[in-house]
Amino acid sequence: METKSVNPSYKLELTSSPHVHSRWSTKQAMWFVVIALIPALVSAVVFFGPYQLLIVLTSVVFCVGTEFLIKKIRKRKTTVGDGSAVITGLLLGLILPPNFSLSSTAIGAVFSIAIGKEVFGGLGYNIFNPALVGRAFLQAAFPVAITTWTNPNFSVDTVTSATPLAAYKFDKIFTSIQPMFLGNIGGSLGETSALAILIGGIFLIAVGVVNYRVPLAMIVGILIFAGVFWMIDPVKYPNPAFQLLAGGFLFGTFFMATDWVTSPLTSKGMWIFGLGIAFLVVVIRIFGGLPEGVMYAILIMNSVVPIINRYTYPRIFGEAK
Amino acid sequence: MISLSHSKTFKGGVHPYERKVLTENMPFEFMPNPKQIIIPLTQHLGKAAKPIVKKGTEVKAGELIAEQDGFISSPVHSPVSGKVSKITVGANVIGFPKDAIVIESNETNEIVFMPLLDPEKVTPDEIRERVKIAGIVGQGGAAFPTYIKLSPPPDKKIDVIILNGCECEPYLTRDYRYMIERTNDLIAGLRLIMKAVGVEKGAIGIEDNKPDAIIKLTEAVKDYPNISIEVLETKYPQGAEKMLIKAVTGKEVPPGKLPFDVGAVIQNIGTAIAINDAVAKGEPQFTAALTVSGLGINQPKNLIVPIGTPLSDILDFCGGVKENAVKVVVGGPMMGVAQYDFSAPVMKATSGILVLTDEEVNEHEESTCLRCGKCIDACPLNLIPTKLARLSSLEKFEDAEQLGITVCMECGTCTYTCPANIPLVQWIRFGKQRVMALQKERQSA
Repeated sequence: METKSVNPSYKLELTSSPHVHSRWSTKQAMWFVVIALIPALVSAVVFFGPYQLLIVLTSVVFCVGTEFLIKKIRKRKTTVGDGSAVITGLLLGLILPPNFSLSSTAIGAVFSIAIGKEVFGGLGYNIFNPALVGRAFLQAAFPVAITTWTNPNFSVDTVTSATPLAAYKFDKIFTSIQPMFLGNIGGSLGETSALAILIGGIFLIAVGVVNYRVPLAMIVGILIFAGVFWMIDPVKYPNPAFQLLAGGFLFGTFFMATDWVTSPLTSKGMWIFGLGIAFLVVVIRIFGGLPEGVMYAILIMNSVVPIINRYTYPRIFGEAK
Repeated sequence: MISLSHSKTFKGGVHPYERKVLTENMPFEFMPNPKQIIIPLTQHLGKAAKPIVKKGTEVKAGELIAEQDGFISSPVHSPVSGKVSKITVGANVIGFPKDAIVIESNETNEIVFMPLLDPEKVTPDEIRERVKIAGIVGQGGAAFPTYIKLSPPPDKKIDVIILNGCECEPYLTRDYRYMIERTNDLIAGLRLIMKAVGVEKGAIGIEDNKPDAIIKLTEAVKDYPNISIEVLETKYPQGAEKMLIKAVTGKEVPPGKLPFDVGAVIQNIGTAIAINDAVAKGEPQFTAALTVSGLGINQPKNLIVPIGTPLSDILDFCGGVKENAVKVVVGGPMMGVAQYDFSAPVMKATSGILVLTDEEVNEHEESTCLRCGKCIDACPLNLIPTKLARLSSLEKFEDAEQLGITVCMECGTCTYTCPANIPLVQWIRFGKQRVMALQKERQSA
């Protein structure tokens, strides 16, 4: 018999098992997140006008540029292709107030990547969500500009420019649920429309990028914690549905708290993390000086992720329960 | 009707692309004897068999050529009639150097059988003895001498014999073909195992992607109320011993313990058939049934070949390797061993030969861990692969030991699922070996 296979002219790969790999890759997951943010981006344009695209674009360009430059300076391989800087840029842009200044946006973007991510060693090593680090910096640097809200395009109210949370905090006015669900309220670019956020968020869970545990824990958590206060005094405290839909809670739930790098690894840890954020949000909103607490709640919980991981390792198969 | 909707399973696991369709409807073909066969003396886990033939000895198929040496060992029989041409030292056997007997086969094809035993009258001791002298080893991959598994320690009470018909490795269809083509023989084999161990209950675990096999087996056991067909979810690694026991009995085998300890004995489908053949047909184990598959082979097949057949003969018999092949694997794609030399021979426990293309291997570049937790969700043993791999790479072996690195069965689920393409199980394998060496040192100190 002619031997066709003894002396192959091609090279055979020799690696240890497994020899097949899932279709998953970091890059693919990142671009899924970008796709999931499109509905929120659309809602920003619908409710606040096309100028908002410039804010988001500025944020993305400066995030990507900063990462590119830092990798160049540190003589490391460029990583902008993985899409993570694009996500940080999109996320930061979408949590800024409408008509925010482009130069301030650029500063925030540079800070997000440089201090939020690259000083720790880049993607995978950062402790805090980079976009929230940038947002926190802008809050401190431009406290007035970052709390100046524009009325949405279809607003019936032409006088006050306030977010539902500020209206509640300072004037004890409750906004009704329907405009909050659609997004026809004052607020940050991508945070006002619960509908748009849910579309993107459910997409991410469906394709498997986001684990359902953190979002579910946060939603269940805020309904419980807000519900307790509401039951104590329904006049003084807002109802759970309001707490769920107001401010940046849903955006934070699906796009910030679910960041792979800065959330826990273990399933028990994910529940603790989500419930912890929800608890802090309610506490800050009700007792804090600021009307909104999602950003700080997530950043605080980010800081305890290593401890959560350590104490929530699962029981090894077969060990006593 | 058989309901597949309530398939039992375990927690974790992955769903690799199966590609069983390449060979699942192809009946076994017998491959003609090759001119030269290379029979390693270590077909099994344990001590090598001792050759009783010399250069020039004439042998017939089925004749003993190397005898069992010690407790954990197994004899080897010639699969062909022919003449011993040499006994080599350190032949390449599926990637490892082993001593082997080389036989040049002749055309006569004479076979010697052992005396037949009556399956209904045979005693447990006779079954064990027959399994021992027939050189039967586990067909699931580890190739542990089967007679030892049929002799559980007297202080362990065994409740159930479970036949492993999961075949959870992608591509492989050998066990499936066995279940379809030799249904009654495998039930007979299971009944012999139950008799040998002295157990009332038997079960056959099958993944729910094999409805035809489920129907055939359910039909075949209808006169045996003590044998149940357990339909399990199709998920890798459902066929791992611990996962199979969990799915069928709900019990978890503790780390460092054996199936014996939770009252179960697991045997592979192929092993049950080999036991039936040894008892009822007097045939020692000298053939291997295997699946030759992958997008890189011209004619995928299910084959029955003499042990010791070189891979090159088999690949040629299957129409040769395609130009775009990048990897040749012996075993399944999740736990098999990549080959560099096609002169390596097939062994008793070889279940498949896969020729894979780039498209199937789907390699991509490694990046840093993004802490997504997918490996933890997928690990069937609830370990933290990302942490264990990192500790191993940093050579922090004591910490890795604390986190249970030695529990890992190296199923490869973590590496398969990692989006950053980190070689997790490969690092863990390295760490595990070092930790086990440390433990040995401690014991002897």
